[in-house]
Amino acid sequence: MKEKLHQLKLKYQGKKMAPAFNALHTFLYMPNETTHSGAHVRAADDLKRTMNTVILALVPCLLFGMFNAGYQHYSAINGFPENFSLFDHFLTWDNFLVGITTVLPLVIVSYGVGLAIEFLFAVIKGHEVEEGYLVTGMLVPLIIPVDTPLWMLAIAVAFGVVIGKEVFGGTGMNILNPALTIRAFLFFAYPTWMSGDKVWVHEGVERAGTADAISGETVLGSLAQGSDYAYSLSDMFYGFIPGSVGETSTLLILLGALFLIFSKIASWRIMVSAVVGALAMGLIFNGIVDAGWLPEYSKFYTLMSFPYWQHLLVGGLAFGIVFMATDPVTGSQTNKGKWYYGFFIGFLSVMIRVFNPGYPEGVFLAILLMNVFAPTIDHYVVKGNIKKRLKRFKTATIYPKASDEVDSLKTETA
Amino acid sequence: MSKDIRIKKGLDINLVGAAEQTISKAVTSNVYALNLDDFHGITPKMLIKQGEEIKAGEPLFYNKNNEEMHFVSPVSGELVEIVRGARRRILTLKVLADKEQNYMINKVPDLDTADGDAIKTYLLQCGGWPFIKQRPYDVIADPEATPKAIFVSAYATAPLAADPDFVLKDKEQEIQAAIMALSKMTPGKIHVTIAKSSRSPFNDIKGIELHKISGPHPAGLVGTQINRIDPVNKGETVWTLSPQDLVMMGELLLTGKFNAERVVALAGSVVKEPKYYKTKIGAEISTFLYASGVKEDRFRLINGDVLTGAKTHTEGHLGFYNNTVTAIPEGDDYEFFGWNKPVFNKISSTRALTFSWLQPKRKYDLDTNTNGEHRAFVVTGRYEEVFPLDIYPLQLLKACMVKDLDEMEQLGLYEVAPEDFSLTEFICISKQPHQQIIREGLDLLQKELG
Repeated sequence: MKEKLHQLKLKYQGKKMAPAFNALHTFLYMPNETTHSGAHVRAADDLKRTMNTVILALVPCLLFGMFNAGYQHYSAINGFPENFSLFDHFLTWDNFLVGITTVLPLVIVSYGVGLAIEFLFAVIKGHEVEEGYLVTGMLVPLIIPVDTPLWMLAIAVAFGVVIGKEVFGGTGMNILNPALTIRAFLFFAYPTWMSGDKVWVHEGVERAGTADAISGETVLGSLAQGSDYAYSLSDMFYGFIPGSVGETSTLLILLGALFLIFSKIASWRIMVSAVVGALAMGLIFNGIVDAGWLPEYSKFYTLMSFPYWQHLLVGGLAFGIVFMATDPVTGSQTNKGKWYYGFFIGFLSVMIRVFNPGYPEGVFLAILLMNVFAPTIDHYVVKGNIKKRLKRFKTATIYPKASDEVDSLKTETA
Repeated sequence: MSKDIRIKKGLDINLVGAAEQTISKAVTSNVYALNLDDFHGITPKMLIKQGEEIKAGEPLFYNKNNEEMHFVSPVSGELVEIVRGARRRILTLKVLADKEQNYMINKVPDLDTADGDAIKTYLLQCGGWPFIKQRPYDVIADPEATPKAIFVSAYATAPLAADPDFVLKDKEQEIQAAIMALSKMTPGKIHVTIAKSSRSPFNDIKGIELHKISGPHPAGLVGTQINRIDPVNKGETVWTLSPQDLVMMGELLLTGKFNAERVVALAGSVVKEPKYYKTKIGAEISTFLYASGVKEDRFRLINGDVLTGAKTHTEGHLGFYNNTVTAIPEGDDYEFFGWNKPVFNKISSTRALTFSWLQPKRKYDLDTNTNGEHRAFVVTGRYEEVFPLDIYPLQLLKACMVKDLDEMEQLGLYEVAPEDFSLTEFICISKQPHQQIIREGLDLLQKELG
């Protein structure tokens, strides 16, 4: 097998289809490439391993999302179970069956369309297929409503990969997070499929208007309308609430975050500062309410009085902070910049969701906005280093060159 | 007087096959060769023709841009071959050594009374000058520039590198002479850095500013030390020398003889008995490689250490500046699902199913596989963890790639040499050629502004 593939690789070398073949080949076998210049030995990590680690961190969220799809579906029909038990009501075959029939197609379409475009561009441009889409392809199904039509997803993925990434030059060159570009495209192109109280539950849209109509509003959605929500704090933390497929379980996201921080793949600076930013904005809003500056009839009242730390449990904020904001390509690239970048993501997310109830899941807008500002933040951070160097330059001891002395002597004597 | 420097950022790469501290005498080589790639940026003009006889220490060629700068033959014999490459560029000069070596004896200057210019002229004429390198640009020092300081690193942290304390034993006299001579050429200080708990001969040398350093690689790289002690500003020049070259320079100043003898560490997992050999610059590596024996037929032979050395082969010759020769296995093989299965036998700076963090002291047997394909820069914040200089490595690399001269200058390209980026290159997830990028950036900057 190894030998055969090696022969095939040599055969295809330099051909048009070589990148496509190599992509599959390197997926099976780590290539036989050796060092040519510079360091003769290299560390064990490559981009594939990095991406794979992120995917590993996402798998629990995906599995949970599958069960939750079923759980929300049946709960909307039969009502939420009293005396909830994890094994009797959540981890059941029925729930999983709903999950596998709704979520798996999303994953397949996301990867299928995205990777097809990546391969196409690699072949056209003659470069290797880069691994960027491996994570994006997994993120996308987790941040959309469970019943998103597949054709819609396919169009959005095509848009996101081509406009969000390939036109900038592919993996590593893009300005906006591709997964969020896809999400934003869906949100603005098909708003009715992306918000409301029908889309978060499987079959919610189909059954709308019939006698069997079911609905499930997200926590933030309820708050935005000034109404109460029926979920306990532990529901929110464990994730037994309606929402996009994989973003509901704060617990599993937290585990993923710990794994990513421990494996040194994602930046803990961004995560910590984003949490701080969200808490800060939440505290400010709570403070305004406590100070009595806001009349109770104000349409912002319920959202503003939502306890500041609970913002982290709902609306995909945790998911966005851990898996989206930490994207190294579109985030701040300097360690200092990452503090600012993360802080503003948290800060703006809560601000957007409170001030604009039409966008309860404001976290994706906040991250996209900060993606745009990340280079600016870096610019100023790097400028600090440049300034330090310029300051040092003022005390530089520059000795004239031997030839300069000769020249100056000549001019003196002349 | 000594000052302590502590380096926190970095990564020690522990490899199997460190040289045992015994010195054997290598078999005398028949042919000695100077590889012109060792003298970066020098355009040679030959002084003798092919087939002519030459003494040890007699000039072979001079620098086209500075006729006074001579490069001398390490041995006496006949110049048997001038290997040329594309556009007749000289690649290698080969000298067939005489059985009986005869040396050219230069008239030595009196170190107590001679002034800087006299010493400069002497070193340029007698072949001692190329040992002095300069920053900016990491090239052989420009004799016209006056350095604000001179740096010597007598602490080796690179993987499997020769131990300076061992190879410098009993060389105090030569070192002192070289330091005296160097001190006449700079109004500034001569900074020497040694390991914190080292019994280095530099402890007894006068006329230097002694620093003690501790920490992981790249604490031993002179670039790290310059950045901590006295960074290079635009327009400034500093000189750097390796301690073993100081010894040669010292002998040249004391006896007038260019003695190319040098103690070299032969190391690496492929070598059966890794140890030190006494040989000469330009000697055939095979003269001592096979004395120690090799375990495999196919391997990577490196002039220098595994991070910064130059690729060579079994018919190759010891480089002008090298005191380490390393042999490691080639890694041109496929690994099934190598990108996602847990890794126990390779070094990694992450913990992404890689487990080298469990045993930081363990010695590894790394091969030359890149462990992945070349990609665009994606991950951020990783280089900073192993890069102790006060410079933004990723941003500087990108500035070099897009040839933005202003930014290269502002971000501190004057302060660095390619070797300072060897560790970031090692851990690079995108497998980018950092040292090459920096080298090209330095060359461009020198061409445009130097």
